[in-house]
Amino acid sequence: MKTKIFTKSLGLAGAAALALLLGGCEQPPQETAQTGPRGTGMVQVKSPEREEAKRAAIVLPEVQPEADASGPRASEVYENVKVLGHLSEGQFIRVMAAITEWVQPEQGCAGCHNLENLADDSVYTKVVARRMFQMTQTINAKWTAHVGQTGVTCYTCHRGQAVPAEIWFKSPGDDNPPYMGAKNGQNAPVKSVAYSTLPNEPFSALLVQKGEIRVQGTTAIPQVPARVEQGQTIQDAEKTYGLMMHMSTGLGVNCGFCHNSRAFGSWAESPPQRVTAWHGIQMVRELNTTYLDPLQPVYPANRLGEAGDAPKAYCATCHQGVNKPLYGAAMFKDYAVELSPPKAN
Amino acid sequence: MIEYQNIFTQVQARAHPHDGVPFSHGTWVRSEEPFFSYWIGKLGNAQIGPFYLGFLGLASIVCGALAFFLIGMNYLASVNWNPIMLVRNLFWLSLDPPAPKYGLSWPPLNDGGWYMIVSTFLLLSVLLWWGRTYVRARALGMGTHVAWAFASAIWLFLVLGLFRPILMGSWSEGVPYGIFSHLDWTAAFSIRYGNLFYNPFHALSIVFLYGSTLLFAMHAATILAVTRYGGDRELEQITDRGTATERAALFWRWTMGFNATMESIHRWAWWFAVLTTLTGGIGILLTGTAVDNWYLWAVKHGVAPAYVTDWSPVADPALAAGGVR
Repeated sequence: MKTKIFTKSLGLAGAAALALLLGGCEQPPQETAQTGPRGTGMVQVKSPEREEAKRAAIVLPEVQPEADASGPRASEVYENVKVLGHLSEGQFIRVMAAITEWVQPEQGCAGCHNLENLADDSVYTKVVARRMFQMTQTINAKWTAHVGQTGVTCYTCHRGQAVPAEIWFKSPGDDNPPYMGAKNGQNAPVKSVAYSTLPNEPFSALLVQKGEIRVQGTTAIPQVPARVEQGQTIQDAEKTYGLMMHMSTGLGVNCGFCHNSRAFGSWAESPPQRVTAWHGIQMVRELNTTYLDPLQPVYPANRLGEAGDAPKAYCATCHQGVNKPLYGAAMFKDYAVELSPPKAN
Repeated sequence: MIEYQNIFTQVQARAHPHDGVPFSHGTWVRSEEPFFSYWIGKLGNAQIGPFYLGFLGLASIVCGALAFFLIGMNYLASVNWNPIMLVRNLFWLSLDPPAPKYGLSWPPLNDGGWYMIVSTFLLLSVLLWWGRTYVRARALGMGTHVAWAFASAIWLFLVLGLFRPILMGSWSEGVPYGIFSHLDWTAAFSIRYGNLFYNPFHALSIVFLYGSTLLFAMHAATILAVTRYGGDRELEQITDRGTATERAALFWRWTMGFNATMESIHRWAWWFAVLTTLTGGIGILLTGTAVDNWYLWAVKHGVAPAYVTDWSPVADPALAAGGVR
């Protein structure tokens, strides 16, 4: 009798321990898709549950009714229209209605405008929005190597929020305590690098400054001078690794989406997605240096990071866990006139 | 019913504590009276002690404890001396090597200096403990097999922390002292040097590592299986092959055509274990010093297979963009 109770409680304890151990796991079965040659481990693993949740979270706004492209230009009708002046009045009002839904659905016009005088630039969000229109136009015109014909709209990042969910700030710099315990900007569990001990913020160096992302040797035998002196140390590799962890989680893909992991650096081994990603990195660098970082003086203090810098973009800003933002929904085609730069006549 | 003395030993034979063989060498006598522990007896020998500390043992423990203490203090300092955060972040906390800019010079205390101090004490501790395994074995009239096996592990440790950093010209090449950080270092190291799996010495090391576990399982299973015929008296069976040895040997000849002997199996095991870290150390020592990219090395020597892909090969877009990367 005694043994039976003992065996029973042992079984119960075992079941409880198993539940605890497996509690953090995703529910099987996972969906797997082979993406490369057999035996290379090039496979994408997706959790159907999580994919469904991500899809359900995406609610595409309805397309605004078509506007008349003829008639006087917005710059002639309204005051202080600097970026969208080439649109017709109808197109201008249409894109204003769209951006309200995309970015400021709750506050409405007042989110960006002084309602007494809509032309007034006194609300900082209006100044930011103007620059963001230029940024969006640049992405759609100049960066088709990354965004293709799908393009981007404000909604790609904003998703109905004034501040996009996925933004980043510079790390506040040297946070090392005196005398001992230097963390070197790493060794803390943070989401940005998928809870690894890799540098917590590799983005300033690699997505604002054009730091070297490629750290692998390009020859079998070491070259002189040694690559340690060229800034391709293990520490640099960890920085790249950190960025790649962000790209992986930001896009919801494994390494094998862009690389054959047996030779990360080899282009000959890489799937074509890596080329798209490469253009994306170049694009993000331009967005951060030309559009986002320079807006710093415009923002109130509560919108700035700990280091006093403006919010910036990385891969997750648009992608939000999906390799094609919004699962490839082509919203730009409905606003191609409004969100493309004025045609140079 | 027969009671076996396996793990969770059912029967504990108790007599007066055994002081061991007559002992004439050394400056320290054996200290402390031996005693018995019932729970330790469940796993192995119930007798604890006598201990032998000696100069080497004491110095090693002091150096090791200092290294451990300094790592812990650095961990605590990095979480603002908060013991709760120490526990919560323990797996993330790390004492990192100096930055690459310091090369082989002595870095500032809080920028790798502590790492260098800890490394020095750790090295001293390990070497002193090695001396202890050698001297104690000699004092007992034993061979020094344990010391040399340990030396093989120390070789890998020295390559990682001393020889390779010196050859690379930078202490920054050392391994950080942290639970996750040394794992991330390992992955970054492999990535930086073009995939360590193409390093033939790394491959050999894995062969011997997994081979060791295989041999350990085969040997342990064989002995347990013939314990009923006295096979657990391995040493007697080396010189006087009994029915247990005959059965065990025939089992392996039947199943795989060849058998080790009661003695040679221990040499197999010793060499497999020793060669794991010996070949591993060679592989690490060559990485970055003689070979910069193991994948390209493998391509050059026809080791890496070529694959046919579904997609048409892409070119480096940086080349088209005029060298911008």
